[in-house]
Amino acid sequence: MPISTAPDGTPLWRRRTPRADLLVWFGWLCGVALAVACFQFISERTIWAFVWDAPQQGADLVGRMFPPRWDYANQLWKPLWDTINIATLGTALAVAIGAPLAFLAAHNTTPSVALVRPLALVVIVASRSINSLIWALVLVIILGPGELAGILAIALRSIGFIAKLLYEAIEEIDPTQVEALTATGASGAQVLTWGIVPQVMPAFAGITVFRWDINIREATVLGLVGAGGIGMQLEASINTLAWPQVTVIFVLILATVLASEWLSARVRHRII
Amino acid sequence: MTPDARPLLAIRGLTKRYPTGDLALDAVDLEVPPGQVMALIGPSGAGKSTLIRCVNRLVEPTAGEVRLDGEEITRLGRAALRRARRRMGMIFQEYALVERLSVMENVLSGRLGYTGFWAAWFRRFPRRDIVQAFRLLDRVGLAHMADKRADALSGGQRQRVGILRALMQDPALLLVDEPTASLDPKTSRQIMRLLVELCEERGLAAIVNIHDVALAQEFARRIVGLRQGRIVFDGPAEALDAAALTRIYGEEDWSRTIRRAEAAEEEELA
Repeated sequence: MPISTAPDGTPLWRRRTPRADLLVWFGWLCGVALAVACFQFISERTIWAFVWDAPQQGADLVGRMFPPRWDYANQLWKPLWDTINIATLGTALAVAIGAPLAFLAAHNTTPSVALVRPLALVVIVASRSINSLIWALVLVIILGPGELAGILAIALRSIGFIAKLLYEAIEEIDPTQVEALTATGASGAQVLTWGIVPQVMPAFAGITVFRWDINIREATVLGLVGAGGIGMQLEASINTLAWPQVTVIFVLILATVLASEWLSARVRHRII
Repeated sequence: MTPDARPLLAIRGLTKRYPTGDLALDAVDLEVPPGQVMALIGPSGAGKSTLIRCVNRLVEPTAGEVRLDGEEITRLGRAALRRARRRMGMIFQEYALVERLSVMENVLSGRLGYTGFWAAWFRRFPRRDIVQAFRLLDRVGLAHMADKRADALSGGQRQRVGILRALMQDPALLLVDEPTASLDPKTSRQIMRLLVELCEERGLAAIVNIHDVALAQEFARRIVGLRQGRIVFDGPAEALDAAALTRIYGEEDWSRTIRRAEAAEEEELA
């Protein structure tokens, strides 16, 4: 559009017309003005005296956390093992429900676009919209405290995650491979298991270990609401102001998450 | 016409109108006798792909009938259609192998129509299918690749596996969609030669969609030209002259295209 001719007759080209240029600059101006206004609003509601002595407060807390009480770790191995189990079993349960759900939700595999697909999507969205900590809170009330509530909380949150990513992978498969198997006279179920499943296997494995990795982290906090795992020790330690114990818990969680991250990266690498 | 010479495939008034309103096939009549390799040529969008997909109903025709060995395909229910599809092997431009399955699994997938779900799930195929698969792999020089994953193969090797998958169906007719469009000129010739040889060995008929006119003239005895969903040429390869090409593709200087085909013929005679 912004093509014009210079006085000497050569054609000129610019990215935008002068008018569009002006509009873009005006847009930036509005953005900056909004940011300044927002900061002013936040500033009015902040007690700055508390913020200014934050470094002192932080240093004080860290001081109380050191040296860590290393022998406390001996009481943590069992809860840590519980945490890993909650994450693993929860992920397994989520896979068992989420994978079939994904096939019901994917446009190219659903038995009915009008009825089954919307239903599956609603289940997926409902599962995804609620954080595992909230699921745990609710489940502890229904089932009582303990690991079972934790496992179900992890599973309920993960179903939607796994099903959503998997059904997107199913919708992106190469349709000609499916067409080729259909042309051999294979049945619908055979086309699914021979033509579609092999194509989504890498995505499926990647999604599962990725979610497991997230679930290890989420399982560490479920204990805060009584759903089992190392979070219970964390809450007890914080409530009794036993900061050297809190340090040990943090270190253990960090080590576990690092290990799970390493493991899931290895698995993903192997499969693709 | 003697009763024996009943066509293997008889298409009558085949019409396909896509939901967009495009008329891809306009009342096509076509007969293919048993054992005949026929090339289907025409410009892009002429309806070549739609035509062969209407035969095995990967695309549902709007009107007309398709008879394979006398059986009317267009009105079959799901189970009967699957049985009919076993008699029509299909070969694709981009090979359409299941990339993450092994070569052997891809070849055996041609038997899915004859195999139960759980037998296929556990890869328990009858011994004669396995023997047949190995014999075919040996025939095309890929026996040593049986355990390789399909995506580890070159284009020519993949297309061979694609051909074997179709042959495993024990078909009477091959539907071949641009088999050489993704291959280099040498591999294209090897694949076309292999296709024609295999069809002769087994007495198979084939409809081969192909862009390359010289290749079509070289390997098919009968050529059918499609333009805008209508058959505008149907005759022996030698009868395809500049006038016929103009009818199929439109005005162009065809003298070199035709000379190339003739030169290729002379080369082969020499």
